Amino acid sequence: MLRLELVGISKQYPAVRANDNVDLRVEPGEIHAVLGENGAGKSTMMKMIYGAVRPDAGEIRWNGEPVDIKSPLQARNLGISMVYQHFSLFDTLSAAENVWLGLDKRLKLPEITRRISRVSKEYGLDVEPLRPVHSLSVGERQRVEIVRALLTEPKLLILDEPTSVLTPQAVQKLFVTLRQLAADGCSILYISHKLDEIRALCHRCTVLRGGKVTGTVDPREQDNASLSRLMIGAEPPQLQHKPVHAGALAFAVQGLSVPQRDQFGTALSDIAVEVRAGEIVGVAGVSGNGQQELMAVLSGEDLRAPANSIRLFGKDVARHSPRRRRKEGLHFVPEERLGRGAVPAMSLAGNTLLTRTEGVSAAGWIDTAKVQRLAARLIERFNVKAGGTGAAARSLSGGNLQKFIVGREIDANPKVLIVSQPTWGVDVGAAALIRGELLKLRDAGCALLVVSEELDELFEIADRLVVIAQGRMSPSIATADASVERIGEWMSGLWPKGGEPPPAVPAARVAGVHHAQA
Amino acid sequence: MLKLEPRPQPSRWMSVASPVLALVLTAILAAGLFAALGKDPVQGLSMYFVVPLSSLRQISEVLLKATPLIIIALGLAVCYRSDVWNIGAEGQYLLGVLGGGGVALWLTTQGLVLPKIVVVPLVVIGGTLGGMAWAAIVALLRDRFNASEILVSLMLVYVAQQLVNYMVFGPWKDPKGFGFPQTRNFDVSTWLPNLIPGTRLHIGLLFALALVALTWVFMFRIYRGYQLQVGGLAPLAARYAGFSSSASLWTALMISGGLAGLAGALDAVGTLQQINPHLSAGLGFTAIIVCFVGRLNPLGIVFAGLLLSMMIIGGELGQSRLGLPNALTGVFQGLLLVLLLACDTLINYRIRVRSALAAAR
Amino acid sequence: MNEVALLIAATLASGTPLALAGLGLLINEKAGILNLGAEGMMLVAAIAGFATAFTTGSDTLAFIAGAAAGGLLAACFGALVIWLNTNQYATGLAVSLFGYGFSAFVGVGYVGQKLSERVPFEVPGLAQLPFIGPALFRQHPMVYVTIALIGASMWFLYRSRGGLVLRAVGESPESAHALGYKVRWIRLLAVVAGGALCGLAGAFLSVAYAPLWVEGLTAGRGWIALALTTFATWRPLRVLFGAYLFGGVTMAQFALQGAGVNISSQLLAMLPYLSTVVVLALISRNPAWIRINMPASLGKPFHPGA
Repeated sequence: MLRLELVGISKQYPAVRANDNVDLRVEPGEIHAVLGENGAGKSTMMKMIYGAVRPDAGEIRWNGEPVDIKSPLQARNLGISMVYQHFSLFDTLSAAENVWLGLDKRLKLPEITRRISRVSKEYGLDVEPLRPVHSLSVGERQRVEIVRALLTEPKLLILDEPTSVLTPQAVQKLFVTLRQLAADGCSILYISHKLDEIRALCHRCTVLRGGKVTGTVDPREQDNASLSRLMIGAEPPQLQHKPVHAGALAFAVQGLSVPQRDQFGTALSDIAVEVRAGEIVGVAGVSGNGQQELMAVLSGEDLRAPANSIRLFGKDVARHSPRRRRKEGLHFVPEERLGRGAVPAMSLAGNTLLTRTEGVSAAGWIDTAKVQRLAARLIERFNVKAGGTGAAARSLSGGNLQKFIVGREIDANPKVLIVSQPTWGVDVGAAALIRGELLKLRDAGCALLVVSEELDELFEIADRLVVIAQGRMSPSIATADASVERIGEWMSGLWPKGGEPPPAVPAARVAGVHHAQA
Repeated sequence: MLKLEPRPQPSRWMSVASPVLALVLTAILAAGLFAALGKDPVQGLSMYFVVPLSSLRQISEVLLKATPLIIIALGLAVCYRSDVWNIGAEGQYLLGVLGGGGVALWLTTQGLVLPKIVVVPLVVIGGTLGGMAWAAIVALLRDRFNASEILVSLMLVYVAQQLVNYMVFGPWKDPKGFGFPQTRNFDVSTWLPNLIPGTRLHIGLLFALALVALTWVFMFRIYRGYQLQVGGLAPLAARYAGFSSSASLWTALMISGGLAGLAGALDAVGTLQQINPHLSAGLGFTAIIVCFVGRLNPLGIVFAGLLLSMMIIGGELGQSRLGLPNALTGVFQGLLLVLLLACDTLINYRIRVRSALAAAR
Repeated sequence: MNEVALLIAATLASGTPLALAGLGLLINEKAGILNLGAEGMMLVAAIAGFATAFTTGSDTLAFIAGAAAGGLLAACFGALVIWLNTNQYATGLAVSLFGYGFSAFVGVGYVGQKLSERVPFEVPGLAQLPFIGPALFRQHPMVYVTIALIGASMWFLYRSRGGLVLRAVGESPESAHALGYKVRWIRLLAVVAGGALCGLAGAFLSVAYAPLWVEGLTAGRGWIALALTTFATWRPLRVLFGAYLFGGVTMAQFALQGAGVNISSQLLAMLPYLSTVVVLALISRNPAWIRINMPASLGKPFHPGA
């Protein structure tokens, strides 16, 4: 009898079909991977399993019985427990207090502390119950989350990208724990897009792409290439790449090291990358590896970069404000639309003034007619569906607002354009338009740096690729010479140090190989 | 079951309707209060809304009282739109009285009789600088020490009140004043020119109207004003755009402190012609209400200023003609603001009635 | 020597309303609610307490009335900011302005009235001890109740599950909601409890400390109490000591005057407010330190199901 079964599950959101007729079968004691890129529908599926969201169609069966999971509390009572990717711990409380809050029983704190110690020993999860959470390392916090989940005596444990913030040694320790749990009869749903780990740990793997299941396989019999194909689709045809007419060196980053802002951030370490006019350099990497910190420094929102670490046509801009960088031809599209790229309550016309000051005289007078014309031109040129130039930014759909923001920066004819997550959360049509516009800009001679967590997007539009991992940057490689598999390795920090990158490595790899630390 | 649903776009119509709705609700509650006090509700309401507009003299009093309210509220609107919560306009107003009144007092005691075209700007500058200096303390502590501008500006109100007391009990006391805590009366040459003969209305009103236009232009046509508002609406977007939050903080507080000080100076030489400890009666706080009821918008503030001025006059009329306690004005003002905030919810949310069936889905 | 003992006694009395209000605000802020309406709540409670004491002659009833008045106004405040998600700053301010006006209105008939004579309270036995007797043990019972309340709150916040839940809600209402806790009701409870404590503070002022009623009796103590919670980094015992410290500064102005120091009384009257400003500047300097101690969701609206 299956522990958990999803039959024909579907969920529709206003702009996108997040899950489309999805089937999932999990045996008792099985470690089952759910593989897919960002936006494939994994988190929606998990939300339905642990009760945060209700499916529009289909059936969920628990131990053979159909169930309707209305709330996280009900899921917990069934025996489903979740360890979140972005932990839901309370920083100022101790580990024991955090665990105590997650349990519904009226147990006393000393009893909880005893149980924590027992579970810790049993599964090799070192947790100091009395330390406040904010003083714990990320790995330790995750262990608290896991212990909290384990103390509910789950029959199904869901782990959401658990190793994205762990060192290789911690990953191995975690695997030992998970294998023991599975052996004790607990089923595990392991959400990840790290191919090596899935092949090392999991018994079965369901692959999601665009909301649909593209395959259910035994990962131990697969190689990274075949799993990538299921996850991303066919390998991008190499012939698509237009000839690169890279011109002068436009943008150069060298020796960029910036300490982290707080305990949650990532320090940047000796980042170096060059972008020439007329080319697109893509920055790949798993989220949380320093992309946000890098973007803030490159855009000028963070002014702590060392002198001369960022040069624009040879000029040092490391300490220049965003306004000054724009004057010198460097424009930027941030990953957050509402609240950063645009002011939600303000009209589209008003939002053009954030980065476009053509309508502002030297004395500071705003020519509203000119501003309106600019907004109208952007709406037309980039096919933005909005209720006119006076529509509030928050009234637009994600795709349309993104078209507007990207359009606003492209329309400024920048010499260098940095874009972070250009098509995140954007519908297919808008994504295609945006990518097309970026390519057009490149052909017109602009230098582009595109950061994206979607690998197939980078393969489609970038001429060269670099990978950011744990705050460090790989050497660059021409997209034509890159493969999904190699980039995947590099995402774990496994790039060659110094010298030319070696030719593509053979597909077969030994299971469970350690990831060497950089 | 009532549920609040977020609107995709803030409702412009509700933005205007909300203060009106709040006013109507306040009036209803006021009528109830009058009845509970054993007075005729209609008569009570007319004291507040009808009598103050019933003669030229009454209207001039309304305009007179509205002048400082409008000026202070304009400055507060700039501040609040920047998400800088200056609550201490009362203190900045008092420093304006000291600054502007101080200039007038000095001229008086020195026996200097200068033409008004010279005196008025001097007084205005004195008051504006006084208010700005007081607000500068708030800005400095927030900028350098990250201290809450709410608490600092508020504490400085009490300090300012004591400062006024100190000056009128001490160095500035009228030697011929029989020991009363007040300054000498300012010389006639320092008084603001009268606007309507036979009334107390002075040219301060013209200052107010000019400032309404200037503030509107600043907010909606000047890039610096735009920057302040972005900083208030979405600080991360302001950072992305490269707007300096420190510069915005100082600009907001200097404008707001300066305007409050200006209002104080105008009152000192226009209405009071001396300084004594009883002058303000909470104008700086009433101005906060004017600012909100006026939707933080210069044009709305004009109407709100007139409305609240009518309420103040109405309170005085209610006391002298109907025996209603003057303290009622404070109750109504506070009530108006509370109801306004409640009604404002409807700008960003709409009320949906959910049937039990739908809720179970 | 006797003067020092009297100064200590005066400090304890002066600090008590600050401690009560500060504790009330601390509970609000632990749940994530910034309450700028404390001044208004204290004022309505002060008049409610005074009126009750005047009419019934019972101090106990007066304090109950004060707590009820504060709690009631706090409930209105809570309904607005928690369910209608109105701006916490503006709403608190509105409540303060309303409370000022309403208390002035209700109190019109009580200005200049006197409460009946009360037998001054003494802790039996201890009050006769030399020096510390007059210094510490001849206070109104409320002073001792306040100290007990501080102790009780320390137990509640740090040793009970209820206090843990409260702190969790203030830290991250979203996470608490995800764990299944009724965040909005918990916050309302905190707001009302805080309001009741502010009410006790107000009643103490009008019934025991002054004892009289005038418009604006609290003279800004509600705001000073707000500064106090930041100064005390949201810990009850520090609120108590901070309150006594501020009380001492307030008393210092009288002590200085009595000692013949030649500074005008108005300048001395500025002392409590100026010292609050100085303390605020010093305390707020280290943002990292504030972040560790401040409830992370303070002042931010919470939307369940967002």
